[in-house]
Amino acid sequence: MNAYNFAYLDEQTKRMIRRALLKGMAIPGYQVPFASREMPMPYGWGTGGVQVSAAVMTPEDCFKVIDQGADDTTNAVSIRRFFQATAGVAVTEKTAEATVIQTRHRIPERDLVEGQILVYQVPIPEPLRFLEPSEVETRKMHALEEYGLMHVKLYEDIARHGDISTSYAYPVKVEGRYVMDPSPIPKFDNPKLSMAAIQLFGAGREQRIYALPPYTEVVSLDFEDYPFQAGRADHDCDLCGADNSYLDEVITDDAGGRMFVCSDTDFCSERREAGHVGALGVEAVA
Amino acid sequence: MSMATEALTGGFSDAPRQSARAFRAALEAMARPGSTYVLQEMGDAPAPVSRAAATLLLVLCDPETPLHLAGDYDTEALRGWVTFHTGAPLLSADKAMFVLGSWRALDLSALSLGTAEYPDRSATVIVDGAFNGVDVALRGPGIKDVTQSRLPEVAVFQDNAAQFPLGLDFYFTSGAKLSALPRSTKVTLGGDV
Repeated sequence: MNAYNFAYLDEQTKRMIRRALLKGMAIPGYQVPFASREMPMPYGWGTGGVQVSAAVMTPEDCFKVIDQGADDTTNAVSIRRFFQATAGVAVTEKTAEATVIQTRHRIPERDLVEGQILVYQVPIPEPLRFLEPSEVETRKMHALEEYGLMHVKLYEDIARHGDISTSYAYPVKVEGRYVMDPSPIPKFDNPKLSMAAIQLFGAGREQRIYALPPYTEVVSLDFEDYPFQAGRADHDCDLCGADNSYLDEVITDDAGGRMFVCSDTDFCSERREAGHVGALGVEAVA
Repeated sequence: MSMATEALTGGFSDAPRQSARAFRAALEAMARPGSTYVLQEMGDAPAPVSRAAATLLLVLCDPETPLHLAGDYDTEALRGWVTFHTGAPLLSADKAMFVLGSWRALDLSALSLGTAEYPDRSATVIVDGAFNGVDVALRGPGIKDVTQSRLPEVAVFQDNAAQFPLGLDFYFTSGAKLSALPRSTKVTLGGDV
């Protein structure tokens, strides 16, 4: 551990990221450019989130990493080990125990509280990017609050599919000003974006940082006659029986067999430990 | 202590960990406008700089951040301390990314508010020392419903918020205490909700 500076990054890099985080906090939903560094992992593996985590982490923190809700996937395990090795912080899989949670594509089911920080890994921070490829133009559109194009996109969803088919990275408006990409979380998680914890978004390859202070007003874009709906699979978790969590569909054989399980592994195992059993679950061993 | 040695002392002894803890307080403060945080491990700059303000300089300033020292904060001793510990270039108010001074000495009209396309390119103001303020109610991002606080004035901060997303962001420091007021906060006079 002595081979590295605390939390891997050098102090000047951390100061640069910290200044961007503070400006992001002061202008909720606005994308602050930052000089993203090469990290010892490929782009797309959460280099933005890792840099933000490194900049906010203190030696006393308890760190949790989730990938699509799970603590035990390759990405989550390697990032968790990275900070164990370079910052010597405590780590956990329990949402309630963590002070800093780095996430890829999910918000934990359990409500976060004041004092916790949720760090998102963001692939494409610009919500307008697939509608307008030029950064010069999208920056102008944000400056002028010119978001008509986004509503046209949602309208075209309705014209083509009968309802808004965008199911993840669903665009939101922050405090009535900036349209923001909440990262590819399922739209099921959108209503949770107004929360008591601090939310920080890091896009390493795209070199952008943005933030949501606690209790920020975050509204999912919609139409009066097609209001926003946070969808989930019409099923209960087959392991813990939860009827209110976001579910993954898991194919179990090549004969059409499948099961639905909570994507949040900590939420699911806590429920099973508490004695809840789903349709395909087995009684937890006491 | 002579001026020369005063400039060399008062930094962090374990910069990575101490600045991480101090930044965390600064982040929480900016995320929860009007809430006061007490710093534990602090820097120490020549008078009249409070230890909380000295800590913010250590955490946020470096050769990439032009700093303006306003009024009676523009002393030879402080210039030497800032240069030794942070390397921040000391420039006029209109070119500054950070500004440090007491409320009376600050001239906010000269400061950068950012641009429509890059509102983050605005100055951060560190208002140091105690002030005879007025009771205010704060609303906006980071605040659940409404919170009570005290500010040196009201109109200045209302005008600042009215320019959102442009505007200045403020830290208030006194002794070991730190609080913040970003441009996104709406300020109204009076303590009653």
